[in-house]
Formats: sequence, C-alpha cells, structure tokens
Amino acid sequence: MNPLWLSHFTATSSIGCGLDQTLAALREGRSGLAPCAFETVDLATVIGEVPGVDAVRLPSQLTDFDCRNNRLALLGLLQDGFDEAVRTAIAKYGAQRVGVFLGTSTAGILQTELAYRRRDPATGALPVDFVYGKTHNVFSVGDFTRRYFGLTGPAVVVSSACSSSARVFASARRMMAAGLIDAAVVGGVDTLCLTTLYGFNSLGLMSEQACRPFDAQRNGISIGEAAAFALLEQAPEHLVGDAVLLRGTGESSDAYHMSSPHPDGLGARMAMQGALKMAGLLPADIGYINLHGTATPTNDAAECKAVQHVFGSQTPCSSTKGATGHTLGAAGGLEAVICALVLQHGLLPAGLNTRQRDPALDLDYLLVNREQRVAHALSNSFGFGGTNCSLIFSRAN
Amino acid sequence: MHTLSAYIEGIGLLGPGFSNWPDSRAVICGQQAYQAARTVLPLPALLPAAERRRSGAIVRLTLATGLEAINAAGLDAVTLPMVFTASGGDGENCHSICEMLASDDRQISPTRFHNSVHNAAAGYWSIATGAMAPSTVLGAFDACFGAGLLEALTQIVVDNERVILLACDTSYPEPLHGVRPIPDAFGIALVLAPQRSARALAKITASLTDAAADRMDDGAFEGLRTAIPAARGLPLLRSIALGGDHHVVLDYLGDTRLAVRVASC
Repeated sequence: MNPLWLSHFTATSSIGCGLDQTLAALREGRSGLAPCAFETVDLATVIGEVPGVDAVRLPSQLTDFDCRNNRLALLGLLQDGFDEAVRTAIAKYGAQRVGVFLGTSTAGILQTELAYRRRDPATGALPVDFVYGKTHNVFSVGDFTRRYFGLTGPAVVVSSACSSSARVFASARRMMAAGLIDAAVVGGVDTLCLTTLYGFNSLGLMSEQACRPFDAQRNGISIGEAAAFALLEQAPEHLVGDAVLLRGTGESSDAYHMSSPHPDGLGARMAMQGALKMAGLLPADIGYINLHGTATPTNDAAECKAVQHVFGSQTPCSSTKGATGHTLGAAGGLEAVICALVLQHGLLPAGLNTRQRDPALDLDYLLVNREQRVAHALSNSFGFGGTNCSLIFSRAN
Repeated sequence: MHTLSAYIEGIGLLGPGFSNWPDSRAVICGQQAYQAARTVLPLPALLPAAERRRSGAIVRLTLATGLEAINAAGLDAVTLPMVFTASGGDGENCHSICEMLASDDRQISPTRFHNSVHNAAAGYWSIATGAMAPSTVLGAFDACFGAGLLEALTQIVVDNERVILLACDTSYPEPLHGVRPIPDAFGIALVLAPQRSARALAKITASLTDAAADRMDDGAFEGLRTAIPAARGLPLLRSIALGGDHHVVLDYLGDTRLAVRVASC
C-alpha cells in the first residue's frame, strides 16, 4: 500500500484527555482504572471512566445527538487541535473529499437503557424525548461527526465489537486508494453502558480487580471508555522524521466461536501476517507490539500463540489495557494512537497491574517502561464473532 | 469524477413477498403481479442444532441471502471476504436486554450478550461457512445499502478480489419498533467480482452524485424502498431484472447519492 500519513491524532480515555496527559500517564505508569461507581451499576468491578463526559454540551443544532457516546466523541475531537486540523483539511480538499470512518460497539445504547426505565406505564411507549436514530443506532457517532464538520462525502461506522476502530483504518485506506476521498477522519468512540458491564459479567469475563494482562493470575477484563481520532492524508514526499505513517492493515475471521478466540490464534496469526505483507516488512522489523491483551485467560493464551508463531518471543510487547481498561469498540483507535506515541517518543509502555508474568506465555512482555526508539509498531485488535485486525504504523524515517 | 466498477455474479434476495431472486425478477420489473406477504426466513441449516434454533431473524436473513448468492455464482464462501451492512442487529435480542436492564434482575444471559453485537450475523456466517476471510461490518442507519455497496466496490477495485455484500435489515419489536419502524425483514446479497467471467450477470459502475434518487414505480415497492434501508437497493435490482443498459441513482447519505450504470452481460 501507499503509506498514509497520520497528520493529526488524539486520544481521550481514563488516563487522560489529549496526547500530553496520555503520554504522561504512560511515562508514569499511571492507570485510569478505579472501582466502578458508574450510573446504578451494582457490580464488584473496576472500570476506566473518563471524568466530565456528561458535562459536555453538544452544539445547539446537534442536540438531538445528545448521549454519552457523542459527548465523549466531542470531548475527544476538541483535544490537541484535532477539530481545527479537520477544518483545515476540509478547506484544502473540500467537504465531499474528507470521509468519516468511525468504530463503535454500542454507540449510544445507554440512552435506550435509560429510556426503558421511563416507558409509558399504559402503552409501554418510549419517552418522546428519546431519539433512536441519533443516539442508539450504531451510525450515530459517524453521523454526529459528519454533521459537526459539515462534511458531505462518504461516512460510515464499523461495528464489529472490539475490532471496530482498527478496521476503520482498512476501510479508509481502501476509499483513499480508490480515489473517492483525499483525507479521512478515522477513529473510535465507545462509552460505558449497562449492556457491556452486565454482559461481560454474565460471561464471567470481568475481573473484580484492575485487569492484569499476561499475568499468571489474570482473571478477566476491566471495561473502559475512550474517544480516539486520526486524520489520514496521502503522505507528502518530504515528512519530518517523527511523522507517523499507516503502513499495513491485516484482517481475518476466526470461523470458530462467537465469544471465544480460536485456541491457537489462527485468525489472529492471519491478521498479523496480512499486515506485515501489506507493509512489505519482516517480523524482525517490528520493534513493539501493542497486544490486544484483554487479560482473559483464553484471549491472552491464544494471542500469545499467534504472536509466537509470527514473531517468536523476542519482540517487546505489552497490553495497555491495564492502564486504560478495555475500551471495546474504541480500543483499536486508542491503541493506534498509543503506537503513534511509541514511535514518536521512543517509549515502550509497560503493561500495568501485571505482577507475575504467566510462565506459559513466553513473550518479551514489558513490566517496566523501556526507552527505545523503534521504527515500526504493530497493534492487535480482536473481537466477538471472531473478528481480527492488525495495524502497522511506522516512523517516516 | 471517480467511478468504481464490478461485475455481479450472484444475487440473493429475501423480503416481503420475495422468496428468492429467480422468482422475484419478473415481479420487480413489473412483468408479474406482486403478492405482498410477510418475509419467510428459513432456518439456517449450516448452523449446529442449538444455534439454529436460537438464531435470530438477522442471522437467518444473512445466511439465507448469502448462501443463495454464492450458490448462484457457483462459489465457495471460505475465501470470500464479506461486507455486511445493517441498520441494526438482532432487534428482539436488543429489546430483551434493555427490558432486563430496566428491571430488578439485570442478569442477562451470556448468549443474549454475545448475540447483541452488530457483527453477530457476520460471525455466524463465518462459523457456518468456515470463511476465515475478512468481514467488514457496517452501520449507516438509512444509508446502509449505499455505504455497503461503496465499501464492497472499494475492496474490489483496490484489493482486486471477489467480495460478497450482504445488506440485511430486520424489525424491532415494540417499543423500539415505534421509534424505528422497519416493517419487515429484507435482505439483498450480491457476489461482486473485479473481472468479467462467464458467470457475470451485469457490470455496475458507481460514482457519487447529488442527483435525485430513483423511485420504484410500484407503490408497494416504493413503500419498501423508503421504509427499509436494505431495500434502497431495489432500483438496482430492477435494472438488473430488466436487462440491457440502465442508469439508476440510489439513496445514500442525505444529498449525497450513488449514480450506478448497470449493463447486463
């Protein structure tokens, strides 16, 4: 593929709003996870909540879109000058030539969960102030973003559970290569809701403590929320050294089970190999792997096998979910931005909360930060339904 | 103006009064009378018994239309990338979860939860057919058909591989039906190829336009087209059914629509 330039990017999660706070948290090994006090949730678990989301007010012409997911989307867009960067791109390319590709798993479903508590006692109808299409529907965050910027070109939401906002890079890449657009707003937004908290709890996949990816005693995920965005443009001939490029995308399906990964990580392996092939890189070229690393016993074991098969055991890697929690449909976008920070700052972040590496998982899993400049980083995102996506990012030189 | 081209090699169709593509062709182009009837969704024979029984409407619709299209094209799904586009997932399941979460007992079942993801039907397609090729799962509210067709066309043009497009929508029960009144299940599956082959039915060439969308002459079909996102593809199917060369405009996002030239092969 022709490398694409991440001309601007930003992330907002429980470890911070914007890049400075995010990088500082990674440097300090600070986790955003805390005991769950979200809404009326009565589960003994730990979550990565973004403070202040519900204080965000949407622009007056877009109040129909008001829900936690779009509030977090706006909070994210306002960090690091991302909003202005998109407007500059629109001025340069035109409103029809900037596409929107966002990932989410549950969009604004919290709004529906709340509306179901206020059904008309006589008719069962939902309250009249509930706007399904602009909140609950998976497209709401894509529609909101498109209207927020006054865009008139292609826009879509990818909703494939926890691979959603990794896959948007692949869709945007194709639409840019096909010549339909010149730039793309890509990323992911997912917010806390009862469906995912009670759902993962029902599967027995949620830890009561802060999640411990790759730990011998790991016992499940911690759910988080995040908004992460990148602006993709064609790479100009001359870029500064620390500019970050999207070099490869790899996608596959497990064809195995709805909520368990293929035990040998076969689909994950295919996704990583696909990304390497597209990037024209060898496994040894990759200096850091941001693992999917959810901290469930089966995910980490299957991912470890897949990584070992492709890379052996020497490539430095970690899961940043011990810091941010598993941000589900936003995880691919958030971890893409973390890979961009890794490439720019030469900081390989430690996997937090992990006390004793699982001896059965033989990888160079980082327990302390490592200062090391790397040229290429790979990010894994896998999800329910056996959906896999790997992305490769590189420094311009 | 950038255009994207592909060859349609297989079609699957299910909807109110439509039980498959061959039987629907003459009806869609007005040569045979339309008999309105609720959509009949067959049980997915490829799924294990327990999952077959529990499968929701969106899974049944996806598997039935998808299998019709690949069988018509004489293809195996195993290596075929799929693009799935739908306004919503399993509506009954979503309603049950929201109802439980609003009650005193919030312990939803694990199966309900994993079936709640938007990509559940794509996951079951992959499990049922053994397809390890990528699946791209999209949502674009009323713009789903156009968004899916654009994604499929960019995959074909850029990656130079066959793709199956599955545009499927099903109904919510009340009270969600009241705020998203999709009247019945409707699905279109298209096997699309980058090169012309002996099995090609039609060549399509698409570009963005702000021209007005084509409507269906028949009032019942126009009702379906405007009420069900996947049925926004009906003008395309009508052009294919008529044969010859046609130019249709399909609804997409607001004033941005898709101009599609259809030439039978």
